[in-house]
Amino acid sequence: MRESGARREFPGYEQSMIEVIATSLELAGTTSILLLLIAIPLGWWLAQKRGWGADMIAAAAALPLVLPPTVLGFYLLLFLGPHGPWAPILRLFGLRTLAFSFPGLVIGSLIYSLPFALTPIRAGFAAVPPHLMEAATSLRAGAFDRFRHVALPIARPSIVAALILGFAHTLGEFGVVLMIGGDIPGHTRVLSTSIFDAVEELDYTTAHELSAGLLVFSFLTILALRRFDRSGAI
Amino acid sequence: MLSVSITRVLDRFTLAAQFSVPAKGIIGLFGDSGSGKTSILRIISGLQRCPGAQVQLGTEVWQNAVNWVSPERRGVGMVFQEGALFPHLNVRQNLDFAARRAPPNRSPRPIQVDAVIDMLELAPLLGRKTQNLSGGERQRVAIGRALLSQPQLLLLDEPVSALDHGTRDEILAALERLSAALDLPMLYVSHNLAEMASITDHLVLLSQGRVAGSGATAQMLTDLSLPLAARPDALSVLGARVSGYDAGNGSTRLLIDGHEWKIPGRLGKDRADCRVRVMASDVGLARDVPGATTILNTPPARILTASAMPQSEQVNVLMRLGADDNGQYLLARVSRESWQNLQFQPGETVHLLIKGVGLVDAN
Repeated sequence: MRESGARREFPGYEQSMIEVIATSLELAGTTSILLLLIAIPLGWWLAQKRGWGADMIAAAAALPLVLPPTVLGFYLLLFLGPHGPWAPILRLFGLRTLAFSFPGLVIGSLIYSLPFALTPIRAGFAAVPPHLMEAATSLRAGAFDRFRHVALPIARPSIVAALILGFAHTLGEFGVVLMIGGDIPGHTRVLSTSIFDAVEELDYTTAHELSAGLLVFSFLTILALRRFDRSGAI
Repeated sequence: MLSVSITRVLDRFTLAAQFSVPAKGIIGLFGDSGSGKTSILRIISGLQRCPGAQVQLGTEVWQNAVNWVSPERRGVGMVFQEGALFPHLNVRQNLDFAARRAPPNRSPRPIQVDAVIDMLELAPLLGRKTQNLSGGERQRVAIGRALLSQPQLLLLDEPVSALDHGTRDEILAALERLSAALDLPMLYVSHNLAEMASITDHLVLLSQGRVAGSGATAQMLTDLSLPLAARPDALSVLGARVSGYDAGNGSTRLLIDGHEWKIPGRLGKDRADCRVRVMASDVGLARDVPGATTILNTPPARILTASAMPQSEQVNVLMRLGADDNGQYLLARVSRESWQNLQFQPGETVHLLIKGVGLVDAN
């Protein structure tokens, strides 16, 4: 508890907490928006297709559900690092590495949270009754028109659910963030890593504040999801 | 003309259907469940791909060995069994969905939004959510929506099978009115013979994926060589004209081939052309003018031919109304015993005893 006292007296404490929350929200917000941009077309495609190709892609996208986050983080670290396959492309933009950077964190989060956004969206699209799409066809709507004006609005609750779930899951992730982000204050330190830091430093007060905050937020998220997702899958 | 030629191996049988029908009025596609009706409809619409099939409406080839017009470019309106209304749009927005995508000035006489709303009585429904509509309301909206896409052909897949009887008749009457008013050919799929008899002008009879017959509905129904006449619900349809209402007796007078018929109740408008259904089992034959009887309608008719029904003690008798040979065709089903006892002969003029008459619709 002596450590905790020392930390509280540290003048930049409030400032650093605000920074951590801001980084967390920015990461979760960016990730969940990008997730939708990926999961909507991918979910639509997967909802139409049957067969090996679609199964392989669906399985790959679902991998983060079972893989230890450290495994994912480790490979991403190698992949995005200065000796990874992307390094030559990164150098074109004057970057040496994406590891330990905010963009790297976003890429890691995207992969890690993809199944949580993809699953409801795919299920939402699969639940669009085929005869409604056929009715739209007979009313002279082309393929994109049907997707945009029939499938998308009907699947909207699932898309909102995916957005909330993607946001909340990104906010709560730890392993990947630690591996690829490195917990750098002001850059890649987020709420979940801060809790770990606080506990390591025996600063239980801070750990309590952050943990309770995330707990309440997570509960509210699940509550909101239940209201939105009519399927009641969650 | 609507010309269709399809050969396709389905799960249970091979669909091998060729027919050409005049593209006007209401064309019925009739057959038992699993006879391939819905497949044919879906192939005509283009929703089901069928390589090698040929589909042509008038001079427009929708599909043959080399051409394929995608379903959204065929201009076929579709009415599904359960309506298929968009749940995220209200009634007005469902209609707008169609109207907005309709080609401008496609046909010389475009179908007007107001006329559709009027004829299908949609005005009170416009602001409603589709989830809160009754089955009949749903189908009226679905028909209206299909019409507002300015189709060249309207396909109806058992549109009233999920409805109760009263609502069914209401929708059928609306379809008849629309067909008369809009000059739009309709292809109507059903396995209900009474429905077919009520509204179709032309009938294509399907049996196990093949066309068993095709022709004007009144002739098809009374053709003893077709399986229709052998069904327990065999019936005839007759063109009639409402000649007046007898307030004292409470019955409507109809003129059918120069003979006056009576139906209890006030039905139809004066001088309106209409169609009546007569079940074969509701028609009896008498050699002499019937004396005291409760039966209202006893018109004369001449026997053309008769055929014993297989595996049944009944005989189908085909007649023409009136004493000369130019009346409409009518089917009667009588017991073999009475047929043999009375020794009726083809060419003989008899008096009919018509127990029940159903008025279909008076425009």
